[in-house]
Amino acid sequence: MSAVATCPKLAVWKFSSCDGCQLSLLDCEDELLAIAEEIEIAYFPEATSGEIEGPYDVSLVEGSVTTAHDVGRIQEVRAQSALLVTIGACATAGGIQALRNFVDVGEWIPLVYASPEYVSTLETSTPIADHVPVDLELRGCPISKAQLVDTVSALLHGRRPRLATTSVCTECKARGTPCVMVAHGTPCLGPVTQAGCGAICPAYARGCYGCFGPMESPNVAALARQWRELGAGDDVMLRALRTFNANAPAFREASYDHE
Amino acid sequence: MTALPTPDADTFVIEPEGLSALVEALCHEGYRVVGPSVRDGAIVLGEIASANELPCGWTARHEAAAYRVERRDDDAVFGWAVGPHSWKQELMPSRVRLWRASSAESVEEEPPPGRPLALFGVRSCDLHAIAIQDRVFLEGRYVERDYALRRTGAFVVAVDCGEPGGTCFCASLGTGPRADAGFDLALTELVSTEHRFVVRVGSDTGREIARLLPVRAATDADLEAALAVTDEAAGRMGRRLEAGGLRDLLAGNLEHPRFAEVAERCLTCGNCTLVCPTCFCTSVEDVNDLADGSAERWRSWDSCFSTEYSYIHGGSVRRSPRARYRQWLTHKFGTWHDQFGTSGCVGCGRCITWCPVGIDVTEELAAIRAGDGEVDHAHAR
Ligand code: SF4
Ligand code: SF4
Ligand code: SF4
Repeated sequence: MSAVATCPKLAVWKFSSCDGCQLSLLDCEDELLAIAEEIEIAYFPEATSGEIEGPYDVSLVEGSVTTAHDVGRIQEVRAQSALLVTIGACATAGGIQALRNFVDVGEWIPLVYASPEYVSTLETSTPIADHVPVDLELRGCPISKAQLVDTVSALLHGRRPRLATTSVCTECKARGTPCVMVAHGTPCLGPVTQAGCGAICPAYARGCYGCFGPMESPNVAALARQWRELGAGDDVMLRALRTFNANAPAFREASYDHE
Repeated sequence: MTALPTPDADTFVIEPEGLSALVEALCHEGYRVVGPSVRDGAIVLGEIASANELPCGWTARHEAAAYRVERRDDDAVFGWAVGPHSWKQELMPSRVRLWRASSAESVEEEPPPGRPLALFGVRSCDLHAIAIQDRVFLEGRYVERDYALRRTGAFVVAVDCGEPGGTCFCASLGTGPRADAGFDLALTELVSTEHRFVVRVGSDTGREIARLLPVRAATDADLEAALAVTDEAAGRMGRRLEAGGLRDLLAGNLEHPRFAEVAERCLTCGNCTLVCPTCFCTSVEDVNDLADGSAERWRSWDSCFSTEYSYIHGGSVRRSPRARYRQWLTHKFGTWHDQFGTSGCVGCGRCITWCPVGIDVTEELAAIRAGDGEVDHAHAR
């Protein structure tokens, strides 16, 4: 990956999402000033009303594709962006709203909305990469601030971003957290989940919830056998797999075994 | 009890107060004392300032993928076997900065740590693990600067094991349970009658520190009781391993069907390598500051279970879980001999206890031995 131009233009786009990941960018208070000095924030409706026309050097894309309008818009974003980086579980896997992929949306809409005739939506919620080529993915629900700052900094300087694809366990071990599966008997998704959060939940004696989606070689079936030993059966595993990353292929396929 | 004016004796006895005095003496001499305490449901290692922080009256139960701390019915301080942490976290920490640079002309190496380390309560398996890492980092063609800075001048208080865990097998490898070398002071805890510690001196520095302690001479009964502790512990290992000929056994069984079977169960999570006190693989990465353009180089733990670690031009050379597990097992118990002249395993049992699905190296090796020569035609090329 080559370094982007001096004073590159950055755009932040929102699709179907809660805005939490964009807010992570705003939350980088200290680093944001430095970022703002080095790059031109060309489009970021969450933060500024100004708008600078494309093309853009880097686009950060939050959210999943859930409407026919989204399908067209992501093509436009891609066409205007030299580098397209998806941020968060919605953009990288379809998000919590991808739970619709497991049911009949038509049946659900009248149960949820008083005036279903105003709702125009696709049957599925899908990640950005299902529609256009993506250069980099920042996982998580929400993303990690540290990974975001590091990635922007890496792109600005033509350095390789540090995005581990190993298990959350590697982060537990690095920070010295005794394993909650082994030491407490608490079911944990860490062994099949990608590192990046810093193993926050096990540090508070909770099992990992899988916010960062599947790690590089997830063996969900083997983990599920161990969960069963710990008393967590199919229903618990099904619920654990069908959360923020329900539509990530490794979690989705494994979840059918627990229906 | 009186402080020995000149403790010429290589063996003497201290009481529990003497143990407190030992921690105090080390702190007073300027060491950063790292020892065991109970935290987060485990006996873990961290900086301690007093013997009150030691896990007095605690023990732990170990099985494959299961560990529980429990109260003992006595006040033993060391009545447990090694926990999830190892001294590797002090001697080769999980993430260290190697240097920083504000420009190409000014590269500053990371300064040495402020205080020398005192490792308090090192078990025999871990003494052997440290000796293995010394060989890897200090005695080869290149010296690992960061390791050397931390290791040099480190004071080692060893402790003999009287309570082997359910996954321990040092007795099979000749690496325990009695500390034989590599310490400044070694303690054997005796709890049955009078609570006391038989102390052996292993170095001049050890003797210097011993001069600061309230000690009494060791009697024959003390010495006999101390030997009995480890003799008896050797007979109560939770696991055993037939260690003879492992190098050749593994070299001759690279296509053994067991590797595909274990890969079905393995999560490729890397826990086994990270808890192993001898595993030394790291990766190096550069970071840069957004604002001032300065750069830093960091070294962090890595593992043969990560695909990135074996990534070379064109892709990872160990893509399948089978290939990754085989690398771990055959390096640790086989090719380590070729590389460093010993086994890479010291029988501490950590990889068995802390594997989230309880994969057990002793069981895997026994299965390969039992099926010596079997070939997995589905995977073999
Ligand atoms: S607590 Fe979870 S993430 Fe951490 S080591 Fe254990 S299984 Fe892995
Ligand atoms: S291979 Fe396992 S038993 Fe052997 S030293 Fe490493 S962690 Fe301990
Ligand atoms: S053997 Fe166990 S600890 Fe090691 S990678 Fe496999 S599942 Fe993880």
